Amino acid sequence: MALSLKQLDSITSAFNAKEQAYDKIIRVCCGTGCITSGANRVLEGVLTAVEREGLSSKVLVKKTGCHGLCERGPIVTLGNDEILYQSVGKRDVAADVDLLLKTVTEGKVADKLLFRDSARKEKYTSSLDIPFYKGQKRIVLAMNGLINPEEIDDYIAHGGYRAPFRAFQMTPEEIIDWVTKGGLRGRGGGGFLTGRKWSSARAAKGGLKYVLANGDEGDPGAFMDRSLMEGNPHAVIEGMVIGGYTIGAQQGYIYVRDEYPLAVSRLTKAIEQARDYNMLGHDVFGSGFDFDLEIYRGGGAFVCGESTALMSSLEGKSGEPRDKYVHTVEHGLWDKPTNLNNVETWANVPHIINNGLDWYTSIGTKKSTGTKIFSLVGKVNNTGLIEVPMGISLREIIFGLGGGIRGKRQFKAVQTGGPSGGCIPEQHLDMPVDFDSLTSIGSMMGSGGMIVMDERNCMVDVARYFLRFLTEESCGKCVPCREGTRRMHEILDRICKGAGKIEDLMHLEELGKALQWGAICGLGQSAPNPVLSTIRYFSDEYKAHIIEGRCPAGVCKEITTFTIMEEKCTGCMRCAAECPMGAIIGEKKEPQRIDDLRCITCGICYDVCSFDAIKIG
Amino acid sequence: MEINKEKLDEIILKYGRDKAHLLAIFQDVQKEYRYLPKEAVRHICMRLGMPQVDGFEVATFYKSFSLKPRGKHTVHVCLGTACHLKGGADVLLSFMRELKVKTGETTADGAFTLESVNCLGACALAPLVRVDEKDFGKTTVAQSRNIIRDFTDHH
Amino acid sequence: MVQLSINGKKVTAEEGEALLKVARREGFVIPTLCYHELLGSSGRCRLCVVEVNDAGKKRVVASCLYPAKENIEVFTDSDEVRLVRRTVLELLLARNPSAELIQHLAKQHGVTEVRYTPDQDKGKCILCNLCVRCCKDIVGVSALGMSGKGPMKKVGPPFDEPSETCIGCGACVVICPTGHIAMEEEKGVRTVWQKKFELAACPKCKRYHLPLFQLEWISKTRNIPVEELMVCEDCR
Ligand SMILES: Cc1cc2nc3c(=O)[nH]c(=O)nc-3n(C[C@H](O)[C@H](O)[C@H](O)COP(=O)(O)O)c2cc1C
Ligand code: SF4
Ligand code: SF4
Ligand code: FES
Ligand code: FES
Repeated sequence: MALSLKQLDSITSAFNAKEQAYDKIIRVCCGTGCITSGANRVLEGVLTAVEREGLSSKVLVKKTGCHGLCERGPIVTLGNDEILYQSVGKRDVAADVDLLLKTVTEGKVADKLLFRDSARKEKYTSSLDIPFYKGQKRIVLAMNGLINPEEIDDYIAHGGYRAPFRAFQMTPEEIIDWVTKGGLRGRGGGGFLTGRKWSSARAAKGGLKYVLANGDEGDPGAFMDRSLMEGNPHAVIEGMVIGGYTIGAQQGYIYVRDEYPLAVSRLTKAIEQARDYNMLGHDVFGSGFDFDLEIYRGGGAFVCGESTALMSSLEGKSGEPRDKYVHTVEHGLWDKPTNLNNVETWANVPHIINNGLDWYTSIGTKKSTGTKIFSLVGKVNNTGLIEVPMGISLREIIFGLGGGIRGKRQFKAVQTGGPSGGCIPEQHLDMPVDFDSLTSIGSMMGSGGMIVMDERNCMVDVARYFLRFLTEESCGKCVPCREGTRRMHEILDRICKGAGKIEDLMHLEELGKALQWGAICGLGQSAPNPVLSTIRYFSDEYKAHIIEGRCPAGVCKEITTFTIMEEKCTGCMRCAAECPMGAIIGEKKEPQRIDDLRCITCGICYDVCSFDAIKIG
Repeated sequence: MEINKEKLDEIILKYGRDKAHLLAIFQDVQKEYRYLPKEAVRHICMRLGMPQVDGFEVATFYKSFSLKPRGKHTVHVCLGTACHLKGGADVLLSFMRELKVKTGETTADGAFTLESVNCLGACALAPLVRVDEKDFGKTTVAQSRNIIRDFTDHH
Repeated sequence: MVQLSINGKKVTAEEGEALLKVARREGFVIPTLCYHELLGSSGRCRLCVVEVNDAGKKRVVASCLYPAKENIEVFTDSDEVRLVRRTVLELLLARNPSAELIQHLAKQHGVTEVRYTPDQDKGKCILCNLCVRCCKDIVGVSALGMSGKGPMKKVGPPFDEPSETCIGCGACVVICPTGHIAMEEEKGVRTVWQKKFELAACPKCKRYHLPLFQLEWISKTRNIPVEELMVCEDCR
């Protein structure tokens, strides 16, 4: 039997009553980052301690999805964000669990576990005050870190699954109109207008139609979609139900990366629970409309994020893209009209339906509405997951939320758009983050990877890195990409090794153009971007490699040596202690020396020296 | 290689003998053997009524499948962008030194297979290493030995 | 029917017909490597690219696949097109330095220098996929396929072992544009893709002609007695 709106409300009240019966709620983040840092042990510890102290009826312990501040995990919050504890149990689980219980029972805030902003040297109790959270606008991620992603009632109690009721009161055309006027653009990279895609898919002829969610998240260095699927899987499902109804599809598939086992298991559970409530299956929400979902696991191929390759993979074949002269909204999966959207795009849909157009368009900029989730990583102080309104500047993200560059180093570049994007230099930091601005400076929004680099990162090496990645991930179907990416890599590798020629730069640009024009799919067409953007903004660095035979960042091993400057070395031996190869020799309080034969030029010594006594040569 | 055909058929039936589920079938079979034995691929193709070349194509296209036997434990060193910038390549080199194998190879005693991977989705904790199902964050060159020891003790 | 222009010349075409066909019919020269009249296109080699201006939107497309549309302008020899073609040929020459066909095409398109380290291990195979399609769609035994990904991609029988289904007909050898596939015959035995086939000797002229295995296969699929097939074409 389908649930009515009234029944949803009674589930909500029952759930809230259950939670309100407790004095306190402890939320332990069980996102992937926190699990890696030991969240499962903390969760177990808290549960045992609560039981031992006889607090089981007073304190509720909840497992949640990612809070975003992954690097400081495991994260535990108390009450409704009143207190945020970080790095809980990093050293000593039992001791930290004790501190936690003391906070609950005696109201004593554990200083040691509070978040300290390393740049501002300030301490914060509530997450609401931490700049990392304060600068955010959490809509899609609002429930991450709050609800238990494995409990549908929790999602319902927080307003979930109301949007389909509204949507089923509307005609598909009205929904398309809302989504179009709301300006929702695809979060998977291209920024294509979602409403327009839905409209073509609805108009397409052919009995069966499909809706697909792209959860392949191939961008290496990004984990937005993962946190969304793990932390709030029902949001994706809710969006897809509405999308299915709108375009007239009865079946949907969610394609998830093989490397994300937790996302697969949470989505699987969510689908089962939604079926139990008849939100999926026959006559969903009592609307007379049938809709069901199934999960497909990928096989570890970046190119399968591309729409036609994804469909080929869903059909059980290898992921070779095809030319899209005929669009997938007309001939897609099994040759049927198919509408593919990124998981974050889907998760935006219920919010537009629930809160209306005016509300949605008031967030972000005119041409890029709403928010965008980014994974902010690299050399910033606060790495993690953020959701910000579009139009915010890169500077605000990196120096505001991110707390600036780690240690004593300087900002050099920020990479957005993953392997299809580019490196953005200091001079463009005030650029608003929206689809069109980022494209105008040779990068792109992409799916939301944002990787901050400092002067210890070499831009030629970064370009080489991406081309290595793309060479491996090219499907190998078309000549320009299969042969072109590896040859671009060959040239970049030569430059990194100090054997480059100045003509190589023009050659790279020429080859880049041929790929942009000649390759079949976005992978090959955008493969030159990391190269072209670094040549455009960091040509000095290329020239240093080519003409002077040196790597200013001290990254390219073949042309880098580290030397200790006798006059500056105090003999503190910090470097000697950190060197993994034991390559640093010398007496205490005496200048040290690096044994070149043992040195692997990892540069750890350079990074740890407090006296700038080590020189890159 | 002796394969258990009943077990294979069970998996194939679980997916409704549907070609569209070839990847899922391969994934389940690989879990069983820690790799995809050629004989298993042949059997699956036969049951699904598809040419062997098509199964071979899929088995070699996707990085998560291996037609070569793998070690008891698989070490995945992340070389995603965040991990690369924080020294993932040096961590990989240290595993190569410790295990005395190259990427993609298995140690002589069959204990470890070393693989590189492009992002495991915990980039805030770069550089990341995954051994079987356990993740290690903020790894260093010096740590590789300890990680290996952790898994050598109880295998 | 739709009206479009190719290099300024007005032409008509069936709606949806591939530009390559239209252009060739009208006498324009467009080089191709992976297209074959019997097997269609798969868009792999990108040698057939042309520039299309569709209501102000310009792009370079594969003519073997791009459908003819009303009012588009097609250019078969623009700067962009030439750059893509020359790049494809230089890249292929670096991959297959010994392939005569590629050498010839490269010269024809003004590619005189290869700026990359030539490959030694790829033979003459350009991965056009024609042999695979031929074996599947014309012969019908699917003994060949692609394996691997990216630069490691290659063509061959499953598991790189002699294929169970290969009948030794040699159709792939005939269709391969570069002559990559080796087929040898010695003392009544034909070897192709590592598989050995005993050849049937014609009872009339005593010459070896087709593999026995192939005859048995034809006999089974077409219901013709093997004895009839044993007689070679010339003596029938
Ligand atoms: C090589 C390549 C990889 C891609 N990877 C992804 C991906 O991991 N996730 C994603 O949502 N879109 C990815 N895309 C974009 C998709 O092709 C597609 O545009 C998108 O999923 C559409 O959804 P959207 O309109 O909601 O963004 C990729 C595109 C290319 C060319
Ligand atoms: S551009 Fe690259 S990934 Fe895309 S089809 Fe061509 S070879 Fe494959
Ligand atoms: S062997 Fe010949 S026909 Fe087959 S893919 Fe290679 S070049 Fe093409
Ligand atoms: S880059 Fe290594 S986990 Fe993402
Ligand atoms: S002939 Fe068109 S791509 Fe090869």
